[in-house]
Amino acid sequence: MSQGLTPSQTIGPFYFGTVTKAYHQQLAPPGVVGERIELALTLHDADGAIVPDGLFEIWQANSHGRYNHPEDRRNLPLDAGFDGYGRASTDTQGCARFSSVKPGRVPWPQGGMQAPHINISIFARGLLNRVATRLYFDRDPANAEDPVLKMIDPARRDTLLAKQDEKGWWRLPVHLGGPRETVFFDC
Amino acid sequence: MSGKLHIMEKEIYRRAPADAHPPNLSPEYKSTTGRAPRQSAIVLPHTLSEITGPLLESERLDALENDLTKQRSGEPLGERIIVHGRVLDQDGKAVPKAIVEIWQCNAAGRYHHPGDQHDAPLDPNFYGGGRVRADEEGRYQFITIKPGAYPWKNHHNAWRPAHIHFSLFGPAFATRLITQMYFPNDPLLPFDPIYNSVPPGSRSRLQAAFDLEATRPEWALAYKFDIVLRGRNATPMEG
Ligand SMILES: [Fe+3]
Repeated sequence: MSQGLTPSQTIGPFYFGTVTKAYHQQLAPPGVVGERIELALTLHDADGAIVPDGLFEIWQANSHGRYNHPEDRRNLPLDAGFDGYGRASTDTQGCARFSSVKPGRVPWPQGGMQAPHINISIFARGLLNRVATRLYFDRDPANAEDPVLKMIDPARRDTLLAKQDEKGWWRLPVHLGGPRETVFFDC
Repeated sequence: MSGKLHIMEKEIYRRAPADAHPPNLSPEYKSTTGRAPRQSAIVLPHTLSEITGPLLESERLDALENDLTKQRSGEPLGERIIVHGRVLDQDGKAVPKAIVEIWQCNAAGRYHHPGDQHDAPLDPNFYGGGRVRADEEGRYQFITIKPGAYPWKNHHNAWRPAHIHFSLFGPAFATRLITQMYFPNDPLLPFDPIYNSVPPGSRSRLQAAFDLEATRPEWALAYKFDIVLRGRNATPMEG
């Protein structure tokens, strides 16, 4: 029996409290091990204008590289209180912020390891389907051997690299279109 | 960018057929033009990052979160309805324990949201947000009121048909879905660029069905809305 997929629709401008909870911005309560990171993701449209009515979701492994999910059956520690999931609306500056720990490396199906990365979904008014991308950490030595980064035209790889600012925040501008359009994935 | 990715996993999530979802660039819906990516998305093999996803097992849901008529001190105005259905995959198998989230405007067509400036009354007894965790068979149910139509600025005399927004995670990052449920035979559907962005053969999947069997006598009409998420592909693939 084959059933037709339910089609996607835009999140619209008026999603609210059911969808966003303040605690979804704090992924790692005290006691969770790993390198603490602060993320600032900004959303831009094709003209470079900020998108103040967008929603970012993130999904990541813990610092040991383990996903909190039954599909990840590797013998690596899970951290109590760390789900790996975050969600936040963009603010009037187009920015969504998260605090977490830096994810460890996870395997690539054909062998080898992927570089530390965070999986991102983006929703907004005017976006009929979610778009998905990944955040990588600029200057992480593992990036050079990451199979996903290697699939991408070198001229566009930079769109996935979060850069650390002077305060230590990891910043990633996401461009839905225009000359700096972010690389999106069909995942 | 080689086209020779050798994907030899035992199982991956099936790719959606081309006509399953609306194209992001759907110019009749004006705000898509500045927000739809123009470059094609890169097809990612399914790694642990894509086949895992938030199950939100520790998320605490209150008992009244699926009854939008009982979240304030009094009864909201409007037509009380039951909205229920199942979360399934493409093989018709239940997706167990999925969190289903909804949000909607009130009976007058106004959202409890600071950005909504429509000249229609707010209802102090209606907030418009709900959540529920589906059971082992994928069944979910909400009690709510029928949302009104509301105007938007897309084109002259543009009105959204009555709809309820739905958000689901399913079992993996790859199965994430946000959609909208419409009511059967709403006269505004043929004029709505958001509904009509979906290719014609797939559109009607967004319409709930009136359900007389689940309708509660002397109390509320029922609508059934099954949601179908991506299923798994058991055959090894090479592409
Ligand atoms: Fe709406």
